[in-house]
Amino acid sequence: MDPLMPPPVRRIAVDRQPNIAPPGDATNGGGAPTTVAHAHLRRPAATPTSVKERMRLESVWLAYGSNWVVRDVSLSVRQGEVLALIGASGSGKTTLLRSLNRLTEVTEGAARSGLVTLDGTDVHELEVNELRRRVTMVFQQPNPFPMTIFDNVAYALVERNGRRRRRRTPEIEAAVVDALQRAGLYSEVADDLDHSALALSGGQQQRLCIARALAARPEVLLLDEPCSALDPISTATIEELIVQLRESIAIVIVTHNLQQAFRVADEVAFMHLGELVEYGSSKQVFDRPRAQRTRDYINGAFG
Amino acid sequence: MASVAASPGPSPPPAVPVPRERVSSWPLIDRVCYWLCWITGIGLCVIAVAIVVFMFVKGIAYLRPELFVKSPAASLRQTQSGGFLDPIIGTFVVTAIGTAVAAPLGIALGVWLSEYRSPRWLARIVGSSIEILAGVPSIVLALFGLLIVSKGFLSFLSQGSPQGALGESFLDAGLFMALLAMPLIVAATYEALEQVPDRVREASWALGKTRATTIRHVLLPSIRPSMAGGVVLGMGRIIGDTAIVTVLLGLTLKNEPVGSTPIIGTLRGTGSTLTSYIFYNSPAGEGNSHEKAYAAAFVLLMVVLALNALVTRITRGREPGSRSWWSGFLTRARLVGGGSTSGGPEP
Amino acid sequence: MAARQPSVRIAGAPAGKPRPELAAAVRSDRRTEWLLRALAFGAFALIAFMVVTVVIKAWPSFSYNGLGWFGSGGDVSTELRVMREGTPLPGHGLAYFRAWPLIWGTVVTTVVAVVLALVISTLAAVFLTEFAPTRVRRAVEPVVRLLAGVPSVIYGLIGILALAPWINEHLISNSRKQSVIYVVQLNGANITTASLILTVMILPIMIALCANALAAVPVSWREGSAALGVNRWRTIWRVSLRTAWPAIAAATVLATARALGEAVMLAMVAGGTAFAANPLDGLTFFFEPVRPLAAMIFQESEGLTIATLSHTIYAMAAVLLVSATMLSFAGWAAKQPMKRYGVRA
Repeated sequence: MDPLMPPPVRRIAVDRQPNIAPPGDATNGGGAPTTVAHAHLRRPAATPTSVKERMRLESVWLAYGSNWVVRDVSLSVRQGEVLALIGASGSGKTTLLRSLNRLTEVTEGAARSGLVTLDGTDVHELEVNELRRRVTMVFQQPNPFPMTIFDNVAYALVERNGRRRRRRTPEIEAAVVDALQRAGLYSEVADDLDHSALALSGGQQQRLCIARALAARPEVLLLDEPCSALDPISTATIEELIVQLRESIAIVIVTHNLQQAFRVADEVAFMHLGELVEYGSSKQVFDRPRAQRTRDYINGAFG
Repeated sequence: MASVAASPGPSPPPAVPVPRERVSSWPLIDRVCYWLCWITGIGLCVIAVAIVVFMFVKGIAYLRPELFVKSPAASLRQTQSGGFLDPIIGTFVVTAIGTAVAAPLGIALGVWLSEYRSPRWLARIVGSSIEILAGVPSIVLALFGLLIVSKGFLSFLSQGSPQGALGESFLDAGLFMALLAMPLIVAATYEALEQVPDRVREASWALGKTRATTIRHVLLPSIRPSMAGGVVLGMGRIIGDTAIVTVLLGLTLKNEPVGSTPIIGTLRGTGSTLTSYIFYNSPAGEGNSHEKAYAAAFVLLMVVLALNALVTRITRGREPGSRSWWSGFLTRARLVGGGSTSGGPEP
Repeated sequence: MAARQPSVRIAGAPAGKPRPELAAAVRSDRRTEWLLRALAFGAFALIAFMVVTVVIKAWPSFSYNGLGWFGSGGDVSTELRVMREGTPLPGHGLAYFRAWPLIWGTVVTTVVAVVLALVISTLAAVFLTEFAPTRVRRAVEPVVRLLAGVPSVIYGLIGILALAPWINEHLISNSRKQSVIYVVQLNGANITTASLILTVMILPIMIALCANALAAVPVSWREGSAALGVNRWRTIWRVSLRTAWPAIAAATVLATARALGEAVMLAMVAGGTAFAANPLDGLTFFFEPVRPLAAMIFQESEGLTIATLSHTIYAMAAVLLVSATMLSFAGWAAKQPMKRYGVRA
């Protein structure tokens, strides 16, 4: 593939057809397309070979100080599925995401209640760095370290909480190449592995961060609005990636972009002011939302 | 809208504060480094507290009220004789002269570097010179001062050259103390002015005010805390200096005025400050009465601590939660010892 | 960024004919600018003048001794006494001077103090920015500030009245003193005391600068590293320190300048003789007296009336001055790599 040409964009085209709602539909323009006429915009729902539950949240409450940010949320994160957390700003979805890998601990004054388990074990009983290697996270703004591309991707492998490994062993090189391929970046940077990661474009940097997260072979990948700082083409590439990865990794993505959730997610959880208002398959939440608040949000009444 | 409000749900259960990362799970070498950091941090506090407590204890032991009002007097029983009235006056005079010279000049320089800085080559050179000046040891400044004031045309400042000598006087010392304080004041003014957003200036210019008026009536009043902080930092540096005092003020103990005019005579005469008094009375000087040295050192330390607290008070209210307390401290840190961390103002 | 220029025309003013009060204001504005520019030039001129005059005054000593000025070959105290008394040593002129013991003393004390301070201040800065709980941090900050403000005489006083006697009593045995008694007298005023106190003196500056550098590292990098399961110390080591090392290097340069220029404390504490401490002496090396350059100048400052002596002293001052200037530039150069990341420390 010519490195100068952007990667081909499948299925997600800039839809130049006007968003015409067929008569009799409850939705109107501005919301997520939910009718059969736009079904081609949704990813093909591949039947995953196995749906294994990876993480479970039971009655999780989270607070900063005396302010309850997440109230009584129960969810399930499964491998083979993409779970999207949607909701307006301040609905607690990012806090919930961060509690999955215990990043909430970094803030002083955080408090919690409820149970979060990874493969059956309470995450608070696991050693925190061990947990974070099994549940890795990609942030909103791409944040590659000021090192070479190779060192960035190899970072988690080299800095295991154990014996420090030499940086350029064959296993690590193979793992780096594999991670970059899975992230769809290898073909673009194969010759530049020793150049600074800060020289990449925004979309490439975000894919590098994804590769970095993948290199540690996590079981769950958390994505916090990964495309909000990127242009549409990079966004499309990353969404492709997400769908490809869900076979091997459980993925949780927080997004405030309803269309993105529609394109990418298999399960959707809608949160509002800390509460879990609706939780179900993507088809169900978008086509036949049960709660009035969900309907309002999808129709763009607030956000 | 009704659907936007949160519906009342179950009440929150008792919260468990989240545990922090357990260091005990780290590999050995990381744990060692962690504990080293802690030891260093606490050790630092221990050293500082030890210094203050030591000076406190020793100082209080030897401090008597009469020391403040008596002049130094030589006698066989050193511990009983004389006080340090003269050195206190001397410190005061030297600091006053030094600050009075350094403050206007330093502020003016800071303003020029920040607001005008044209031509650019001059701005870069001047900036570098100020940073070099900050790095010059005070003893070298003192020697330079000696070169200048012992020339004939400046002899009015001091005893002049009847013995072919050395212009030692309060005026001389004060003047060159200004060189010590100036880089601090320049840096404080410059950094404060750089923080003022351009829209403030533009608003003033758009009203038809000239640049000079803007600076005098708009910008300078707005950075008063930083300027005051810089001036106080400069004062602190002057108060603590011994080298210039020794060379340019002489190592006499009492203030010896020259000529009969009351104030000018004192200013042209030699004398001592607290720092030179301490040095004189320590085993390294000639006095060898360490009780007085301790007492004077205690007074000096209290003055310095008070100045420290003053700087904190002045500069604290400005930007809460900004680049933390380091910013104010850094101005001094950058320049108290010398050298530079940048090549001057970025063009 | 170019100098700020007001470029707004006053509305209502007829073009080409400014109102009279406006013209006066503009004239006074330009006067102010010229005045300030002259002042700035004067500042530069003064500092350049300082460098030039000190070097000129120092030149006779350098021209007589040549590069040997920096070498060894004779006892410094003797040479200075010779200059004071005016009776030259056989075979040498009056201006004969070999400054090596002074230079060596300067080098040793400065290097030891800076290296120690670098290690300690990096650890302390990491402690302050990363590991210390907020309450502890708020208690330690004023302490560091306090240390920075203590005048050198007080450090010297503590050294000479407390630390030196302690070292003399507890660390230097009589037998050691006896072993070198014909060459030099060992007491509490020696390299070790001087270096220790010098370290404490330059610590606050370095800690402040290192902490500032570490705090300037973007939070996103530290958070990203934590999210990958790397513990806090490793994060600091591999990400923060790696980014901040140019600023730490610049801080080291600054601290070196500070240590070089320290005259008073070292005059009180470093030792009575200008002796070139010999590392080959083994442990005794740590207890030998030294006299760094600045301290020497300070001690000899009364002798400035005598011509040759004053030339020699100004020569020492010139060496210090040139070193300070070079360190200034080194500090600027050390900071340059950080601009690559757009991190402003």
